[in-house]
Amino acid sequence: MTAAATTRHSAPSHSAGSPVLQLRLPLWRSRMLLAVVFIGFMALVGRAVFLQAWNTDFLQQKGESRYSRIVEIPAYRGKITDRNGEILASSTPVRSIWAIPDDVKATRDQLRELSRVLDVPLADLDKKLADQDREFVYLKRQLPPEEAEKVTELNIPGLYQQREFRRYYPAGEVASHVLGFTGVDEVGQEGIELAFQQSLAGKAGSRRVIKDRRGSVIEDVASIQTPREGRDLALSIDSKIQYLAYSQLKLAVEMHKAKAGGIIVIDARSGEVLALANLPTFNPNNRSNLTGAQLRNRVLTDTFEPGSVMKPFTVSLALEQGKVTPDTVIQTAPGRLTIGTSTITDAHTLGALTVAEVIEKSSNIGTAKMAMQLEREDMWTMFNRAGFGIAPQVQFPGAVSGKVRPAKTWRPIEQVTMAYGYGLSVSLLQLARAYTVFARDGDIIPVSFVKTDGPALGTQIITPKVAHEMRDMLELAAGPHGTAPRAQIMGYRVAGKTGTAHKQEGNGYAEHKYRATFVGMAPASSPRLIVAVMIDEPTDGRYFGGDVSGPVFSAVMSSALRALGVPPDAPMKPIVMPSAAEQVREST
Amino acid sequence: MSRVNLVLLAVLLVCALATVNSSHQARLLFADLENEQNRQKQIEVEWGQLQLEQSTWAKHALVESIAARQLGMRTPDPRRLSFVVPASLAPAQATLPGTPAESK
Repeated sequence: MTAAATTRHSAPSHSAGSPVLQLRLPLWRSRMLLAVVFIGFMALVGRAVFLQAWNTDFLQQKGESRYSRIVEIPAYRGKITDRNGEILASSTPVRSIWAIPDDVKATRDQLRELSRVLDVPLADLDKKLADQDREFVYLKRQLPPEEAEKVTELNIPGLYQQREFRRYYPAGEVASHVLGFTGVDEVGQEGIELAFQQSLAGKAGSRRVIKDRRGSVIEDVASIQTPREGRDLALSIDSKIQYLAYSQLKLAVEMHKAKAGGIIVIDARSGEVLALANLPTFNPNNRSNLTGAQLRNRVLTDTFEPGSVMKPFTVSLALEQGKVTPDTVIQTAPGRLTIGTSTITDAHTLGALTVAEVIEKSSNIGTAKMAMQLEREDMWTMFNRAGFGIAPQVQFPGAVSGKVRPAKTWRPIEQVTMAYGYGLSVSLLQLARAYTVFARDGDIIPVSFVKTDGPALGTQIITPKVAHEMRDMLELAAGPHGTAPRAQIMGYRVAGKTGTAHKQEGNGYAEHKYRATFVGMAPASSPRLIVAVMIDEPTDGRYFGGDVSGPVFSAVMSSALRALGVPPDAPMKPIVMPSAAEQVREST
Repeated sequence: MSRVNLVLLAVLLVCALATVNSSHQARLLFADLENEQNRQKQIEVEWGQLQLEQSTWAKHALVESIAARQLGMRTPDPRRLSFVVPASLAPAQATLPGTPAESK
């Protein structure tokens, strides 16, 4: 081996003379060099394996982060429209300006300009920015994009913008109780906004993209989360009728110096709520200084003793069971009736009345005498099937059930007072819905705040014959000799019932506090709309349902029927008003 | 053999350049698409704002006050109204005692 190596080295003739090549080096030197080179390569291989096999995820991620970005895809909250597509609530993008106080470097001039653009006093800005401990401070929330652009132009370091949405309600206070509102983070807090939060709310998505040097997206790599746009919602509300209802209610509440009021308009064919308004109300676009009284949706959440508006249910039960016919005569003289230790009265001595006249003149005693012929369980069942004492099946937060006690706890006097609407509590929504029984052929239909297609499916609770008889009686009540002549409308036949209930206060009834209600329907030949009006504590002297709530009904109903193009079913003659002397006052 | 290799090399080069070119084109097109999509979103936002504006201007309270105050309009007396009833609904109408048309 040694010999061979030597021979190879010395072989080329041209280098034979070089003294360097003549040198005889120890063999270990070349071996060592070989070993060093080998170890060096092994180290490289080891490193390569380490990077490729063990560290590859981390490294790839690092590499990707140099060019790929995750981009947010914002999603909108669905619009709310009325039944004709008119916008009632819609979101538009806004920006919130926030700052890291520590990083803000701005001259006085810049700050002064900023305070002008943001419309925030300079002192407030200074105070917010002086707080060096905080790392995040909002300077102004929900600024329109154009204004936010001006902030960007100021070019102050340490200021940032956050994209948000803001909800606008163009109808303002007119429809505020139906719609409710959302918080600053766009989560529904009241009304429809709360009830339909799930479907209205959009869900922001995100995707991974590749951006080039200039920051523009050049490739869509993958979608991480597909955004879900909020679904638009068409309500059953008709904004024209809503406005009519609101403005007439407002007029009446102001005129009668009342504490509060509520009105609801229901389509008797489909059960859709065409309008719902309450007073006092609020402007959903500017909700500073809100009080609980303004927020309360009285139509759904206030229960009260309904008074006479309950009479038709008692009387229809008596008709249904064949105890009476519309022509049965009942003696109501002398205007007083003692049951046990209690005495009930009528406001006037009315004498002998037919059943139809009992409803027309709203006689307590007449109704009481009919109730005394009925089983309390049957009365309870009637009230129950008409929806009283049960929370209505509506997609709306806070709808209350009212109170109807179990029949076996009713004392005889209570059975009698319940017959004319005392001793139980109901909401205006329940009343309006229950009257669909008389507006239709004896069936009750569910109400809906969302636009529905086609007629509603009802549950029969009285026979069509009784429903028609009752509607005729209600037409008398809203006629010139009934308790609500002011509810009449020129050109349309109207049927309805007044209620004037003493308000409960503490353990008894308040002397001069009333709640005036009117529930009615038109055109009586084939009712299209049901309007229920409630005015709470009118204080200008008049307090009868027929005087206070009747005119509101009449004004809203006539305009609404005209707006819907419902053909008149009565001759266009001036309506007959009774003279002051013959005007009938109901007792409850 | 080497001639074949040269031809293959040329083909490879052409393919490589074509790939570069098409990926560049794809990026340009994608950037355009991205721009258009942003524009679409912006237009949608604007549409929403215009709808809001329309709703605000068409507010019934505003319409009513302009009609009543500036234009001096008022609701007509019901006696002067005449309802046109579609033929399909006419029978119920015809039996009425004083139809609106007569009382006009």
